[in-house]
Amino acid sequence: MPLGDILPEIAVLLTAVAIVLLSSFLPRRLQWTGAPVALAGLAIAALFLLAQASGEARATFSQTYVLDMASVEGRLLILFATAVTVLLSPRWFASDQRHGEFYAMLLFSTLGAMVLAGALDLLLVLIGALLSSATGYVLTAYHRDWALSVEAGMKYFLVGALANTALALGATFMIGMLGYPGFGEMAAALAVGEASPLLLVGLGLVTVGMAYKLGAVPAHAWLPDVAEGAPAPSAAFLTVAPKIGAAIALARLVSLFPETGFAIRPLVAALAVITMTLGNLAALWQDDMRRMLGWSSVSQAGYLLMAVTVAGLSDQAMPALLIFLAGYTAANLAAFAAVTHLRGRTARNDYAGLLKTAPFAAIALIIAFLSLVGIPPLGGFVGKLELFLATIDGGYGWLAVAALFNTVLSLVYYLRFAVPMIWREPSGTLYRLGAWSAVALGIALAATVAVGLLAQAILGPLAGAAFLP
Amino acid sequence: MLTLSILIPLLASLGLFVWSDATKEKARLVALGASALSLLCLVIVWIGFDTGPEAPAFQAVSEVGWIDALGVAWRVGVDGMSLAVSLMSGLLFLCAIAWPAETKGRARQYYAWFLFLQGVSLGLFLTLDLLVFYVFFDLTLVGMYFLIGRWGHDQAEYAALKFFVYTLAGSLAILLAILGLVLANDTLTFDMRALIAAQPLGGTDLRASLILLGFLVGFAIKTPLVPFHTWLPLAHVEAPGPASAVLAGVLLKMGTYGMVRIPFQMMRETFAAYAFPLAIVALVAILWGALVALGQTNLKRRIAYTSVNHMGYTVLGIAAAGAMIGSDSVRTLALSGAVTEMVAHGLITGALFLIAGSFYTRTGTYDLARYGGLARIAPLLMATYSLAAFASFGLPGLAGFVAEFQIFAGSFGVYPVLAAIGLLGLVVTAALFLMMGQQIFFGTPAPGMMAIKDLKPAEIWPLAVLLVLVVLIGLLPGWLLDMIQTGSAFAPFQAAGGAQ
Repeated sequence: MPLGDILPEIAVLLTAVAIVLLSSFLPRRLQWTGAPVALAGLAIAALFLLAQASGEARATFSQTYVLDMASVEGRLLILFATAVTVLLSPRWFASDQRHGEFYAMLLFSTLGAMVLAGALDLLLVLIGALLSSATGYVLTAYHRDWALSVEAGMKYFLVGALANTALALGATFMIGMLGYPGFGEMAAALAVGEASPLLLVGLGLVTVGMAYKLGAVPAHAWLPDVAEGAPAPSAAFLTVAPKIGAAIALARLVSLFPETGFAIRPLVAALAVITMTLGNLAALWQDDMRRMLGWSSVSQAGYLLMAVTVAGLSDQAMPALLIFLAGYTAANLAAFAAVTHLRGRTARNDYAGLLKTAPFAAIALIIAFLSLVGIPPLGGFVGKLELFLATIDGGYGWLAVAALFNTVLSLVYYLRFAVPMIWREPSGTLYRLGAWSAVALGIALAATVAVGLLAQAILGPLAGAAFLP
Repeated sequence: MLTLSILIPLLASLGLFVWSDATKEKARLVALGASALSLLCLVIVWIGFDTGPEAPAFQAVSEVGWIDALGVAWRVGVDGMSLAVSLMSGLLFLCAIAWPAETKGRARQYYAWFLFLQGVSLGLFLTLDLLVFYVFFDLTLVGMYFLIGRWGHDQAEYAALKFFVYTLAGSLAILLAILGLVLANDTLTFDMRALIAAQPLGGTDLRASLILLGFLVGFAIKTPLVPFHTWLPLAHVEAPGPASAVLAGVLLKMGTYGMVRIPFQMMRETFAAYAFPLAIVALVAILWGALVALGQTNLKRRIAYTSVNHMGYTVLGIAAAGAMIGSDSVRTLALSGAVTEMVAHGLITGALFLIAGSFYTRTGTYDLARYGGLARIAPLLMATYSLAAFASFGLPGLAGFVAEFQIFAGSFGVYPVLAAIGLLGLVVTAALFLMMGQQIFFGTPAPGMMAIKDLKPAEIWPLAVLLVLVVLIGLLPGWLLDMIQTGSAFAPFQAAGGAQ
C-alpha cells in the first residue's frame, strides 16, 4: 500500500488521536494546549500536501483516491479553514472545562472533508460524508448547556440522517446499475451505457446527499440554525470545510456523465438557481447576523453549484470551483471570525457604530461582505468572474444571468448589516475575545484580499492541469 | 508614468486612512499634493503625446502580468480619447478637492475617499485590460457610495444605496458581456488591443446581440440614458457639491467612454446594426432630460437633468459615428463631437455643481423659489454661473458649442431627422438655464438672501481654472480636437482615408 500518498491524512489523524490522549490527562487549565498541537499537525499535513503538489496528477490506492491539483488545493483549503477555526477556539471555549477534545473532533471532521475532496470512489465519498457529518453533529452541539446549540445539533443530525441515508441508498443504486464504485470505471460504463430510471434515481439521491454537505437545496435547512446556534468557531468551520470537500466530490461525479443523455446537469443547474435565490431571499430580512451569514452561505452554495453544472463541459469549471471556494472560504471565515472576536454578538442593532468602537472587526466584516458580493479586487470577485466565465463557456449562460440578479439582490442584505456599522452611532458596551481571535481574523482578512490579488497562485497550477478521472 | 498617475492618489488615500491624527489642513494638503502630482504625470504623458498621422493606436503603453491563467494583466496606455478624458478628470478632481468642502468633522476620510475615487477613475480611463477596466468600474461605485452616504445631505444613505444597487446591476451586466466577448475570441485574453484587432463578434445573431445589449444597458445606466436615469437626480441632490461635480463630470463619462471603447470599437458590425435604436434612445434622453429639467424646482435636480440631456448628445454622436452609413468625414465629426462633449460637459457641469455647492453652503437650500435678486449681492457668483450656463447650452465661443456643433453636424449626415428633432433639446436647455439665472439673480432679493457673501478665493480659483479652459476650448478648439482624433478610437476612419 502506497502509504506515502496519504501522509497528509495520516498526519491529521495522528494529531487528532494525540489530542484525545493529551486532553484526557491534561489539567483543566491546560486544555487550550490542544490548539497549538492541532496547528502543528495541520502545518505538517500542509507540508506533505505541498510535496504532493509538485508531483504528477495520479490516482492511488487501487484508483480510489486522487492526487491531482484540485484535490491538493481543495485539501489545503480545508486545512486552512481548520487552522483559522483552531485559532478562534481557545478563548471561546475557555469556560468549557473539557474543551481539549474539541480540537480532536475538529480534526476528525477535517479528515472527513479531506477524504471527500480526494475521493475517486463512490464508497469513499460515502465514508467521507459520514465521517464529516458524525463529527459535525458534535461540533454543533458542543455547548451542551445551551438550548440553541443543542437544538441546532439536533436539526443538523435529523436532516443529516435523512440525507446520508439518501446518499447511501443512491450510492447502492448507482454501483448496482453501473457495476463499479470507482469513478474511472463508472465513466467507462456510462460512456457506453444508457440512462436507466434506477440509475437516475440513484444519482438524484447521491446529489441530495451532497447537497446536504453543501448546504444546498433540498437539504439546506440545517445551515441557518447551525450558523446561529453552534459555537461560533464550529459555525465558521461547518459552513466552510464540508462544502469544499463535497463540492469537489460532486463536481468529479458530475464530470463523469456525458453531456447528453443524462439529466444530471440540468438538475444541478436548477438546484443552483433555486439555492441561490432561496438563500438570498431568506437572508434579505434577517435581523440576526449569524442567521444572515447562514443564509448567505446557502446562497453561496448555489453559486458554486454553477461550476459543478459545467464540470466536464468547460476547462474553466475546476479552476472556477476552486478559486470560488477559496474566495468564499476566506470571506466567510473572516465574517465568522469577526463575530467570534466580538464574542458572538449577533443582533443587527448591536452592530451599530461598530466602525467607531471596533474598527478592525468592522472593516473585516465590510471587506468580507464586499468579497461575498463579488466586488473587485477581492477574492470573491475573481471567484464569481471565473464562475461566470465557466458557465458561459459551458453553454449555461442563463445560469450566469440568474447569478447576476442574485448578486444584486445579495448586496441589499449585506449592506443592511454594513450600513448601521458605518453610519449609526454606537450603543452598548463592546466585548472582545482577545489576541487569538484577532490573529485569526487578521489571517482570514488577509486571505480574502490575497485570493483576489494573487489569484494567479491558485489558478496557475490548475490551468491545463490534468483532472482525474 | 500612467501607472504612477493611478497609484499616487491610491497610495495617498491609503496613507490618509492610516494616518489617524491628520488634521483637516494637513489632510487637505496631502490630497491636493497627490491629486496635483497625478495630474502632472498625465500632463507629462500629454507633452510626449504624438498627434501626427503616424501615431500608434495607443501610446505610453506598459504592461505587467497579473492572472496569466486568464489572460489578465495590468495594461495601461492612452489614445487621444482616453488622454483627453483623463486629463479633464484629473483636473476636475483637483478642483473638487481644492473646493472648500463641509467635511462634517471627518476631513481625513473625506479626502482619502476623494483620492481613492480619483485613482480608480483615472485607472478606468487609462487601462487597456477589460478586466481591470471592470475592476475600476466597480471600485468607483464603492468610492462614490461612501462619499454620498457619508458627506451627503438628509436622505444621503438612501440615495447612496440606490446609486450602489442600480449601478452594480449595470456593472454586472457589463461583466457578463465582457465575459461573453472574451469567450468569443479564440484565445483567452482581456487585452483591449487584441480584442479590438480581433473583432471577435460580428453580425446580429442572438449571442452578439445579447452581448451588445449587456454592454449598452450597463453603460446606459451609468451614462445615464432614459429610462435608466432615475438614480441620478437623487444621488446628485443628496451628494455634497464637490462629489456631485465629480459624479457628473467624471463618473458619467465612464458610461460613454466605455460605450466607445468596448462595443463601438470591439464589435463594430453589431454596433452598427443597432446604432439606430441607440440613437433613438439618445434622442429620448435629450428631450426627456431637457423637458424634465425645465420642470424642476430644485437647483441641483435641474442641473442633474441637464446632464441626462447632455449625455444624450454624446450618445447620439457615438451612435451616428458607429452607424455604417454616411461618409467617414461626417462620422469622424460625430465621434469627435461626442468626445469633445465628454470633456466639455465634465468641465462645465463640474463648474455648475461646484457653484450649486456654493449656493448650498450659503443658504442651506436648493429650492429655486427661495432664491432671488442675487445679482447685486454676489456679482462674481453671477458671472461664473452665467458663463457656465451659457457654455452648457452651447453658446458659440464656448466649449459646449464646439462639442454640440460637431455632434449635430455629424449626426445630420447620418440621421438627419433625429438630429433635427434633437436640436429642440438645445432650445429647451437654453430656456431653462436663462430662466434659472433670472430666478436666482434678478428680481427683488428674497428674504434671507441679503446676508450672502460672494465667492471666496478658495472657491474662485477652481472655478476660474475650469471656466478658462471652457473659454479656451471654445475659442481655440484645434489642439483638443487634434489630440482627440489621434489613435485607436478614430483609427478606422483614418484607415479608410476619412478627412480630419
